[in-house]
Amino acid sequence: MRRHFNFYSQYLIGVLFGIGLIISGMSNPQKILNFLDLAGNWDPSLIFVMLGAILVGLGGFYLVSKRTEAFFGGALHIPARRDISKPLVIGSLIFGAGWGIAGFCPGPAIVALGAGHLKALVFILSMLIGMAFCNRFFTGHKK
Amino acid sequence: MQIDWLAFTPGPAFLGGMLLGIAAALYVILHGRILGISGIISGLLSPKLGDVSWRLSLLLGLLSAPFLASLFFDLHTTTVIDADWIAIIVAGLLVGFGAHYGSGCTSGHGVCGLSRLSPRSLVATISFMSAGFLIVFVIRHVLGL
Repeated sequence: MRRHFNFYSQYLIGVLFGIGLIISGMSNPQKILNFLDLAGNWDPSLIFVMLGAILVGLGGFYLVSKRTEAFFGGALHIPARRDISKPLVIGSLIFGAGWGIAGFCPGPAIVALGAGHLKALVFILSMLIGMAFCNRFFTGHKK
Repeated sequence: MQIDWLAFTPGPAFLGGMLLGIAAALYVILHGRILGISGIISGLLSPKLGDVSWRLSLLLGLLSAPFLASLFFDLHTTTVIDADWIAIIVAGLLVGFGAHYGSGCTSGHGVCGLSRLSPRSLVATISFMSAGFLIVFVIRHVLGL
């Protein structure tokens, strides 16, 4: 029973996150690119998305820092690393470059696929190839 | 720098952002995990028993969000994709590689990482934001595409 609740809960949190992306406008690559275009006609909306998310998130992660176990059982899977590593910085720079080219990051791309955009599907397939390439040739850098 | 006041939507942005925060908070409290979409996807590439269906459940939720948003809240999903096919493929490869190599994306590092005051996520977020600003500057104002 609890196992079923686990999946429903996963699903509903996915829906909630997706609707958050839709309402905030972050499922729209054009809005992302207009945020990243500091020298153009700048749309600062994304700052407010981050503010709203972090304001609530701070409370949630504070609550969880008092716990040792997740509600659905099992240990917490929260990264404990604090070192600033080369892969962290280089990977994030590469990720940001890709983000700036199309205005898509992983979450919004899946929402855009759900809205029926073929380009989102091609983006996601390319993303999977990029991840698999990293897995294949750059494993062992983590953990 | 000039602000595009017509496109600027601080209200919906803040409200939607709060929903993202609520989802991330619920996720870590109920499931004990970071709501990082790239990590949840990349885990599917090396599938382990009992580690696949919960990932698919969450991704299916994201996928069905536009339909449910229009069905229950009369909310239309605006998605304007200006990039051409080549750009989409290049961007996808970079995003996939970079997010995996850098241990996270906008959700894992940006939303969750900053919410839990992780120094690694702060560095990651500053890095991908800077790269994004730079690439858009080069594409729009240097190359004029």
